[in-house]
Amino acid sequence: MLLGPALLVSAVLFALGVAGVLLRRNAIVIFMCVELMLNAVNLTFVALAQRLGVAGQVFVFFVMAVAAAEAAVGLAIILAIYRHRQTLNLQNINLLKG
Amino acid sequence: MPGSLLDALWLVPALPLAGFVLNGALALTRPGAKRAVSLIGVGVLLLAFAAAAGAVVAFARLPGGEPVVQRYWEWLPVGDLQVHFALQLDRLSAVMILVVTGVGALIHLFSVGYMHDDPGYARYFAYLNLFVFFMLMLVLGASFPVMFVGWEGVGLCSYLLIGFWFNEQINADAGKKAFIVNRIGDVGFLVAMFLLFRATGSLDFGDVFSRAAGTFPPGGALITAITLFLFLGCTGKSAQIPLYTWLPDAMQGPTPVSALIHAATMVTAGVYLVARCGVLFALAPVASAVVAGVGALTALFAATIALKQWDIKRVLAYSTISQLGYMFLGVGTGAHAAGIFHLATHSFFKALLFLGAGSVIHAMHHAYHATHAHDDAQDMRNMGGLRHQLPWTASLMWIATLAISGLPPLAGFFSKDEILSAAFAQGAVRPIWYAFWAMGIAAALLTAFYMTRLMLYTFHGANRTGEGARAHLHEAPWVMTGPLVALGGLTLAGGALNVSPLFGGGTWLHRWLEPVTAAADRLQPAVELSRATEWALVLGAVAVAALGIVGALRLLKPEALVPARLAPPETGLGRVLWKKWYVDELYDAVLVRPVMWLSREVLWKVVDARLVDGLLVNGSAVASRALGWVGSRLQTGEVGFYVVLFVIGVLAVLGAAVR
Repeated sequence: MLLGPALLVSAVLFALGVAGVLLRRNAIVIFMCVELMLNAVNLTFVALAQRLGVAGQVFVFFVMAVAAAEAAVGLAIILAIYRHRQTLNLQNINLLKG
Repeated sequence: MPGSLLDALWLVPALPLAGFVLNGALALTRPGAKRAVSLIGVGVLLLAFAAAAGAVVAFARLPGGEPVVQRYWEWLPVGDLQVHFALQLDRLSAVMILVVTGVGALIHLFSVGYMHDDPGYARYFAYLNLFVFFMLMLVLGASFPVMFVGWEGVGLCSYLLIGFWFNEQINADAGKKAFIVNRIGDVGFLVAMFLLFRATGSLDFGDVFSRAAGTFPPGGALITAITLFLFLGCTGKSAQIPLYTWLPDAMQGPTPVSALIHAATMVTAGVYLVARCGVLFALAPVASAVVAGVGALTALFAATIALKQWDIKRVLAYSTISQLGYMFLGVGTGAHAAGIFHLATHSFFKALLFLGAGSVIHAMHHAYHATHAHDDAQDMRNMGGLRHQLPWTASLMWIATLAISGLPPLAGFFSKDEILSAAFAQGAVRPIWYAFWAMGIAAALLTAFYMTRLMLYTFHGANRTGEGARAHLHEAPWVMTGPLVALGGLTLAGGALNVSPLFGGGTWLHRWLEPVTAAADRLQPAVELSRATEWALVLGAVAVAALGIVGALRLLKPEALVPARLAPPETGLGRVLWKKWYVDELYDAVLVRPVMWLSREVLWKVVDARLVDGLLVNGSAVASRALGWVGSRLQTGEVGFYVVLFVIGVLAVLGAAVR
């Protein structure tokens, strides 16, 4: 597998994730974009592990575990917000401000 | 063992300090323990006198009369400034410590009787002991800073003792006045110290005086400034024009305090300082002329005020100011021995006069207390004829009166005559001294007059105390008359210290002080007078004194006086003198009120209320609130906005890292 294309793909995926987080309003979509960024990083780890050793691949499992935990907590929070406010548009969820 | 007695020099100031600590502890814990307080208070003074006498005797046996400096510890090692805590015994401080501890012990003893019924007895003796400690530091210090500690310390004790009965506003005010006026003078002392250190690189007496002649050109601007600043300090401490106004008010303190601090010892500190720095003043003829001129002017000015005072202690206070003026005339003329001689004799007869006045006030106060009258126990118009009730006090005070007037063979005659002769002799070199001499003679006339007036009104004529109170007047107990008798003896014999060759004497004090004054005398040689001139001066001075006394006896009519509450108000010149030439009012209008106005209208209402409170305190609060408001605008509550900022931040950090 070629390193260059792999890194390019992961960079594109990461940029898409960032753009999604910045531009979208729906909490679930933003959440998915965060996952996308995590997986872009995973792809980088795996790609570089070929050259730099197995530690990168091990790290991917850690990231996956953390992402799973995060998904559980995050989805729970989103669910709670939705029950409370009947919306997931983040522009309407702005009570904490100075 | 002369050496060991000199090694014990530290005991001289340490004993009164121990007395202060013990009496202070008693004052806080057991204020009723009067017997212990008296024992400690008077005992430490007697022991200190013994230690001082021992040290002086041991010192006198050493050949040459060089100063003995005892260094105890490094006190202020700051860069080039190395000040040791050191005591110095030389022939000048020897005279001073004997006067301070000797007269001090007698006055402490007198206080045992005078203050006996006072609830603050222990506190009083604690302060009095502390004062003696600081006074001894002042005269024993081997450098300007150590002396300054004593200088400030006596000022503090003076404040504490003037305001001793502080629950009356007038007493507390008098204490504050003394303290603040003295502060003005102390600034002069400090500035002089700074200048001296810059010029000579040292503050030890020995170094400064030995380097002075090589450092300062005679009559130069710098040495003139230094000596004038020193003299400013002296005018504060020794109550000379223009800073004398605190001393009459200091009479609000207990009478023995007036005798010890405000007549015999503390106020002479300025004379001591000028004599101590005789070399510096000899290098600055202008400053010497200022010292002598201010002295002569003060002597005359204060004497005029004393003519019309009714409070017995105020007469004595102005008399003290006047006599201090004589001392400054002496030391300013370069006749240091004469000035110190008058300092010593004055401390005898003025302490006697004050303690005598204390004895009178004591009797008057008891009489009025017994009859529940509310008349003024210090007003001479309420006295009269007291010689029948207080025979000892009356005769002893007459001795002191004749001495201060300058009649031979009493102590004051010799010392005052020597100062006036020296001033007259100096006139041959610098004619302005003839004017100073004339002022001195005029003051001598007034001195004889107002002192005779005091005696006439107090002890002679009919008694004006009041029918009921008269029966309660009585002589003071022995513990008070004893010191009076001792001081009377000193007043009679004190002149023997320095009898001039004119009367076959050997000017013992003059020769004793020679090692101290020699350097100054070389720079400013004394002018010799012919025998005939000296005789003429002496006879003239005695004639003037006699004229003053006889004039007072002929002109004043004690029979015509009425008690104070019935007395008509003064008119004309008498009113001006009674009001002290309105100097206090002048200072009040020119200095006190403008300063108060400046403090209230500018410093308080503008600088403090507007600038400090308004701009700095409230302003910083407003500024931080504004900054907080700006910061709070960033917290919009919209997550998207935060993320945008977050990404911008990350990109900025990454960009910085890459570059």
